Amino acid sequence: MAARENGAESGPRGPYDVLVIGGGNAALCAAISASRDGARVLVLEAAPRFYRGGNTRHTRNMRCAHDTATEILTGPYTEDEFFDDLLRVTGGQTDEELARHMIHESKDMLNWIVEQGVRFQPSLGGTLSLGRTNSFFLGGGRSMLNELYRTAEGLGVEVAYDSEVVALDIDDGTFRAATVRRGDALVRIEARALVAAAGGFEANIDWLKEGWGEVAENFLIRGTPYNRGTVLKMLMAAGVETIGDPTQCHAVAIDARAPKFDGGIITRLDCVVFGIVVNNRCERFYDEGEDIWPKRYAIWGRLVAAQPDQIAYIIFDARSLELFMPSLFPPISGASIAELAGKLGLDAEKLTATVEGFNAAVQPGTFDDKTLDDCRTVGLSPPKTHWARRIETAPFYAYPVRPGITFTYLATRIDREARMRMADGRPARNMFAAGEIMAGNVLGRGYAAGIGMTIGSVFGRIAGREAASNARQ
Amino acid sequence: MLANERIHATDTLAEADRLMTVCNSCRYCEGLCAVFPAMEMRRSFADGDLNYLANLCHGCGACYHDCQFSPPHEFDVNVPRTLAVARADSYRAFAWPRAFAPLFDRNGLAVSLIAALGVAGFILAFAAWHDRDVLFGTHLDAGAFYALMPHNAMALLFGGVFLYAMVAVGMGLRAFWNDIGEPAATLVAPKPLWQAINDAGRLRYLDGGGVGCMNESDKPDDNRRFYHHCTFYGFMLCFAATCVATLYHYLLGREAPYPIYDLPVLLGTAGGVGLLIGPAGLLAAKLRRERILVDEARLGMDVAFLVMLFLTSLTGLTLLAFRESAAMGLLLAVHLGVVFALFFTMPYGKFVHGLYRFAALVRYAREMARHGDDAAA
Ligand SMILES: Cc1cc2nc3c(=O)[nH]c(=O)nc-3n(C[C@H](O)[C@H](O)[C@H](O)COP(=O)(O)OP(=O)(O)OC[C@H]3O[C@@H](n4cnc5c(N)ncnc54)[C@H](O)[C@@H]3O)c2cc1C
Repeated sequence: MAARENGAESGPRGPYDVLVIGGGNAALCAAISASRDGARVLVLEAAPRFYRGGNTRHTRNMRCAHDTATEILTGPYTEDEFFDDLLRVTGGQTDEELARHMIHESKDMLNWIVEQGVRFQPSLGGTLSLGRTNSFFLGGGRSMLNELYRTAEGLGVEVAYDSEVVALDIDDGTFRAATVRRGDALVRIEARALVAAAGGFEANIDWLKEGWGEVAENFLIRGTPYNRGTVLKMLMAAGVETIGDPTQCHAVAIDARAPKFDGGIITRLDCVVFGIVVNNRCERFYDEGEDIWPKRYAIWGRLVAAQPDQIAYIIFDARSLELFMPSLFPPISGASIAELAGKLGLDAEKLTATVEGFNAAVQPGTFDDKTLDDCRTVGLSPPKTHWARRIETAPFYAYPVRPGITFTYLATRIDREARMRMADGRPARNMFAAGEIMAGNVLGRGYAAGIGMTIGSVFGRIAGREAASNARQ
Repeated sequence: MLANERIHATDTLAEADRLMTVCNSCRYCEGLCAVFPAMEMRRSFADGDLNYLANLCHGCGACYHDCQFSPPHEFDVNVPRTLAVARADSYRAFAWPRAFAPLFDRNGLAVSLIAALGVAGFILAFAAWHDRDVLFGTHLDAGAFYALMPHNAMALLFGGVFLYAMVAVGMGLRAFWNDIGEPAATLVAPKPLWQAINDAGRLRYLDGGGVGCMNESDKPDDNRRFYHHCTFYGFMLCFAATCVATLYHYLLGREAPYPIYDLPVLLGTAGGVGLLIGPAGLLAAKLRRERILVDEARLGMDVAFLVMLFLTSLTGLTLLAFRESAAMGLLLAVHLGVVFALFFTMPYGKFVHGLYRFAALVRYAREMARHGDDAAA
């Protein structure tokens, strides 16, 4: 087992009932559920052991429906309310049947995932607005994953790290084998059923460029560098039907100084609502105070992506400095707006004019960051409709931001059993999908915090069960 | 990636500041122990804050394995080790008198030398004072030990060194308390004190948020808590045995050695067994601990204290077993030498961790209560 985990000497040896590709939440839920149903399971993870479970490592919570408050959730969150939220954030771009099915199954997920060893806690400091809807992992996503791996290994699931799948042998909707790169060797592994849980293609800049054009060069990837969409592409080539728009993804505005990959949660910035956001021409481009931040943070990635050079600057003053969650990098500061502009490489006169124009438009009001307050601008385009306070108390601060891509939505089409559908409309015989790789079935666009893990857990559990049952036939 | 340009007394504190800035932007670990909630009450970290957080950390290791940014990630987040180093630095920084601070530098060696000197000193003194037949004679009656060393001399010497240790440790604690910037009143506020007694008594924060320590790998277990309980409660039982014996002596006029069914011997034996199992278990755990979590430079200090506790018990129990033989004189000298060295080195070794951590827990209890009031307001 140890050797199997570490190196290529004694690779996995088939035949397996279920082959799971990926090593995150979706993959592990599938592996555990298939194994509990008696299947012999192999998990192939492209990353080394430390980086196992790509984006799941970075998560903190998941969103599940529940009819009553619990020890960790402050109130009920019904299936209908969950569905309404999903409808709103996606603008209706969701498969209603699948979405309702997922939401229904999410209820039992709160029990099932705990039975697999995952522990929850009340919402984290600074995230009170999610206390009713989202269950937070004690110790975060990596802790959650560690528990899932321990459980899976206890059940006899085999896990191979540093094992990227580079080819799939699929014949007319029937999976036969995968080719894995282990060290310098290519190994063919056969199995009776496949669960594809290898994430989206967010770390594949070339693929992102196909949809976005050259601007994707300036995107930062918040999570794993291993989710390159290779499995998705192989499935597409093998005739699996896709759903979704390749430019749709979860994208937020993160600190421009973040590393290209894997900077995770700590580069996020929650201060847009407290200041103004300008592009590198010192122009504002969107209402920073349109709605409370948890409802708006996920639109700012696309907004910044639409600006010249895909960069923007959040500008605020000393009064706002401690009103939001701290972030990794300190803000850039200046005694005057002009000095700040100099440090940012912006035109000092223009930035001063923009700030002065904004200040002049600010109306008197009672500032309250907990509600949609009455602090707004008049006669300004675009307006700032809440939390508009003059930027006038030195020192002045700025954060440079760029689009940070969380994960992509383009997906393999699936049905209620998580079974893939072929482009000609027939169901695949023995191929299932879970997690980011099929997120687009539920998420046509938009995002509701914590739903990524719901998609992975619910469809992972289903996919594992169905794959095990399929393998028995 | 220097998040903060504040000036810190040491590189370790600068690194601790960097890590706390990373952690405070993440907060995923807040349910694991007291360190992270205490961190969340702050936005910037002065040296005193970091010394406080370092001493609040019990070193369970869970946050290392739960962290998405621990090495080899480029953010290189290793909170348990960084805080362990900062913690040990703080013991040295607050040592009293200052002249003895260097004892922390090669602590294993220092403690071993002092212990050897203690033992040799007692043997030589016994030999110088007594004839061969007293030293190697068999003494059976009450007061047998005092045939070798008069009770008053023993009480004076050990009372003296104990008092010295308490004063030195107290001065260190005072310096620590001043450094972290908490008012003196907090240390005598009943509620935080009671909370801290509870938290320390149960080692509440040595459990990785409920599953146990991650010491040897990411597989948690509760071994270290068990062995620490053996050690701490063993130590307390031995201390109780000494107190009871002192009362016997002065109030009842009954002299040691006491019969094996008598309270001081029962307490001392039970405690002694704990002090054998506990330190041995902790030592084994320390040696098996993942190297990346360990403050290698201070391994000597940790080992020295565990070995001293173990030897105190071993020599005490051996004395009990052979007190009616001709070896008693020598065994007594060895035991007294070890105990003397243990007391003398208390302010200059791992012993102080208990006090600083307890003080940090008192402050934490106070902060949490205050924070709760603020949140409710
Ligand atoms: C910073 C950050 C924070 C987030 N926070 C949350 C949150 O709090 N709540 C939430 O619900 N969602 C959150 N998300 C989204 C969430 O991470 C994903 O929706 C979820 O983890 C997807 O799970 P998955 O199993 O499908 O993919 P992953 O966990 O990414 O796993 C995919 C795995 O497939 C492997 N793989 C890829 N290609 C191959 C191949 N060819 N062969 C073998 N293996 C391969 C990868 O190495 C990877 O381990 C966050 C994302 C990020 C980046």
